[in-house]
Amino acid sequence: MGKFSRNVGSFDWVLIVLYLALISIGWINIYSASYDATADSFFSMDNLHSKQLLWILLGFFIISFILFLEAKFFERFSSVIYIASLLSLLLLFVFGKTISGATSWYNLGFMSLQPSEFAKAATALALAKYLSDIQTNIKTVRDQVRALAIIALPALIIIPQPDPGSALVYAAFIFPLYREGLAASYLILGASSITLFVLTLLIGPLYVALAVILIAAFLFYRNRKRRPSKRLYLGITFVACLFAFSVNYIFENIFEQRHRDRFNIVLGKEVDAKSIGYNTQQSEIAIGNGGWFGRGFLEGTQTKGKFVPEQHTDYIFSTVGEEWGFLGSTLVIGLFILLILRIIQLSEKQKNDFSRIYGYSVAGILFIHFVVNIGMVVGLLPTVGIPLPFFSYGGSGLWGFTILLFIFVKLDGNRVNEW
Amino acid sequence: MRKALLLFIVLTTGILFVARLFYLQVYDTSAAVLSESNAIKKQYEIPQRGRIYDRNGKLLVSNQPSYDLMAIPREIKPFDTLQLCKLLNITKEKLVKQLDKARNYSPRHPSVIVPTMSQGEFAYLGEQMRKYEGFFIQKRSLRDYQVDFGANFLGYIQEVHQGIIDKNPYYTGGDLIGRQGVEEQYEDILRGEKGIKYLQKDRFNRVIGPYKDGSLDKEPVEGKNIHLTIDAELQKYGQELMKGKRGGIVAIEPATGEILALITAPNYDPALMVGRERSKNYSLLNSDSIAKPLYDRALQGEYAPGSPFKALTGLIALQEDAMDIDEKVYCHGGMRYGRNRNFGCHHHRSPVSMVDGIAYSCNAYFGTAYLNTINKYDTPQEGITVWEKHLKSFGLGNYMGYDLPIGKRGLIPTAKIYNRTYNYPKRRWGAAATLSNSIGQGEVLMTPVQMAHFTATIANRGWYYKPHILKKIEGTDTIPKDFATKRYTTIDPEHYEPIIQGLNDVYNYGTAASLKVPGIEISGKTGTAENYTRIDGKRVQLTDHSTFVAFAPRENPKIAIAIFVENGYWGFRYGGRIASLMIEKYINKEVTRKDLENWILTHSLEEEYAKPLSGEPFRINY
Repeated sequence: MGKFSRNVGSFDWVLIVLYLALISIGWINIYSASYDATADSFFSMDNLHSKQLLWILLGFFIISFILFLEAKFFERFSSVIYIASLLSLLLLFVFGKTISGATSWYNLGFMSLQPSEFAKAATALALAKYLSDIQTNIKTVRDQVRALAIIALPALIIIPQPDPGSALVYAAFIFPLYREGLAASYLILGASSITLFVLTLLIGPLYVALAVILIAAFLFYRNRKRRPSKRLYLGITFVACLFAFSVNYIFENIFEQRHRDRFNIVLGKEVDAKSIGYNTQQSEIAIGNGGWFGRGFLEGTQTKGKFVPEQHTDYIFSTVGEEWGFLGSTLVIGLFILLILRIIQLSEKQKNDFSRIYGYSVAGILFIHFVVNIGMVVGLLPTVGIPLPFFSYGGSGLWGFTILLFIFVKLDGNRVNEW
Repeated sequence: MRKALLLFIVLTTGILFVARLFYLQVYDTSAAVLSESNAIKKQYEIPQRGRIYDRNGKLLVSNQPSYDLMAIPREIKPFDTLQLCKLLNITKEKLVKQLDKARNYSPRHPSVIVPTMSQGEFAYLGEQMRKYEGFFIQKRSLRDYQVDFGANFLGYIQEVHQGIIDKNPYYTGGDLIGRQGVEEQYEDILRGEKGIKYLQKDRFNRVIGPYKDGSLDKEPVEGKNIHLTIDAELQKYGQELMKGKRGGIVAIEPATGEILALITAPNYDPALMVGRERSKNYSLLNSDSIAKPLYDRALQGEYAPGSPFKALTGLIALQEDAMDIDEKVYCHGGMRYGRNRNFGCHHHRSPVSMVDGIAYSCNAYFGTAYLNTINKYDTPQEGITVWEKHLKSFGLGNYMGYDLPIGKRGLIPTAKIYNRTYNYPKRRWGAAATLSNSIGQGEVLMTPVQMAHFTATIANRGWYYKPHILKKIEGTDTIPKDFATKRYTTIDPEHYEPIIQGLNDVYNYGTAASLKVPGIEISGKTGTAENYTRIDGKRVQLTDHSTFVAFAPRENPKIAIAIFVENGYWGFRYGGRIASLMIEKYINKEVTRKDLENWILTHSLEEEYAKPLSGEPFRINY
């Protein structure tokens, strides 16, 4: 206990205040989204907001526990935690409970627990541990493959649950990897793949191929004095064209219709507000209804009418948009950006590699959730069902993110003690 | 450097999201509109429409409940179709068709299956309703006419059309609005203000409660009852007398300008404009292009006023000092004027003064008086302008400003009109060219309400209130100020006495001597107005219109009346008789001269009206 009190002053209060602000605003919006004027009691456990309040309070116990532990504990036991986490994911195939098609939960009677929400923190610890090892050099292909294995293992277990959304989150580890020296070409490769992918869906593989060839020819001509390698240029061009055509093939033949629909809606190719586009359309209406200042707490007509499906979970941000308007939603976005930037800033200050890598992992995970979730709610990205950290209803999610964040708070708080 | 890229990505994403939010929430406002229709339901509560009474408090128009059978298709459970058809008194095909239509419109929303059932029809069905799940009854309020006359000034109510909804945001589809008559004129007072309840809907379009706890809701305001100046008894009596005739009767109380009766013939039962048969009845009435029952002859019929106009010619001559009161004019079947032309007159004692002139309706006298008036001025233009100014001070030649939505100006010709007609100044014209005006033929045109109005003004010796039909709005004491403003003519009061004496003598020894009502001193004037129609493009003269104006009693007049019977020939024959009966009815409340009454009731002019349509040659004026 003595160690805890000594450390209180060294915890980063900016992070803690941001955390408290986000869960409070989040809870207010869950209250609104799940509000039912006919419900009799505020504390009835039938109310989602009452349950969420309970998860928040229990979360404070988890926080205390984490902060009470020895900082070295996380580094020392990261492998154990990681393996336990993998096991918890694997055992889902035996004991899992199926909710809306995905076998991602353990049924504890009074609540359901989703282990994939905790696996993120575990993976972050394991990756940090591996990369911070003095033996590891991320610039070598061998170590890159190993790091990738650590990241991909939980993702591969999650995909067949099926919960591809949660698996997508593991892309977040590009943050620490890049920070630790992964070649920029990987980022370029990733970015250009995404660009080619979207372009192919938009204008078709033939035009994309044509554009790629033209650009390559232009670059080659401009750089001709430096005697560029013809083989390299031809190779890249060929691969890019091949990629474009295979994207088309994969999209048309391997993707399911619902996936195709999701892309088509975001790309504006299809407007079907009745069935598949309903979520996005209703979400946009709710947000648009907010105007500058919002409709006010419990005054959102779309929220009250429960027009947006899953509004208390994945679409919680549409409640913010409707009831608190442009100013309120900008504030929330600002809080998230501040949180992520603060984590990156603190990570850079870490004297030990483990803490820094872990910090970047946390920033990456929060960022990808933030981008994918809000991007979906405002209609910029295809529908992918992942929660908005600290906001979306759900105990597992809330605890998962709380643990993720407060391990970093603890590690960061310990920075001063490390001589 | 590596850190900077990550920071850059995070910040850019934040900015991108804020920009997207700005677009959705501030720039693009279509979402708010969509949201309105999406999530808020406006439920209107229609208040009871105000009732309409006559001047004596007799109820003319009230409301009756009417019942629509509604259905929400997806809530309908299998039911005994035949039994329901029997209860509704419709065929099975019709019911099935209506249900299909409703289902096509929306399975979740209510549709009308059988509209506007009467209380009687509903009573039968009401107690059986619980057997038919998915069906329900919607109550509406329709007009209930307590009288079978007065459709012309009462008007009717009908569903608003899109044009009205676009112009006036108060109305929404399915609302009722007053059309024609006082229903239209006093729509705002009669309808009240509908109440609005804002309800929050959920995504299944179900109402889940009041929106904003009902803070925006409005309670309905009941429509106010109104009292008309119409005397229902007189109105009814006049309408009966006009059976089989075409024309208009207008009676006005001179002291107030209140319209006591506004009769047009033929007319129709206002109840035809209510309920399921409304549109069928309307097209029937509307398509009768010969009798034109929807055309209000009392307000819209522009006729040559004929001899009653002589009273005005006389008044102007006296005011302009163009005639001495005792000056006599010789009449031997008329007068000579212009280049040896004759202005014909009928046979009567000669010579005549102003008073006799009116009593005998002498054309020569008033022709002379008119010419003297116009020729007093240097040019006929000046003369006509003065003459016109006097007439316009009676409110003639223009809309009267009464409180009914239709009307005609009539015509008081101006110097400008004659200049144009005669192509002045290339060609000149003299007073003689307009001589027919003196006896109310020529270019002068008046509607029956204008004739009644000038008669009332003469009865008042030179002042009037604008004619109006609103007596009282319940809950208020005042009528519009315009109707409570006393107006004066440009004729001095002393000139009225000899004219009134002449009008009185019409009954003493003049053209209506046999129409005296015992105990009532009536003053009046016959009129027999020539008129023409076109048959196959040729101008053909028809039997003269029978017109009559009168007021009574001579002092403190209670009623002024104008009667116009199309093609009734002599003013005395129809106009005079009807006026006499109407005045007796209004003042004595009872008609003793049953022979006279019978004559009118049994005489129809249908035969006369059929003549020009027969295609055969026909005789007129016999």
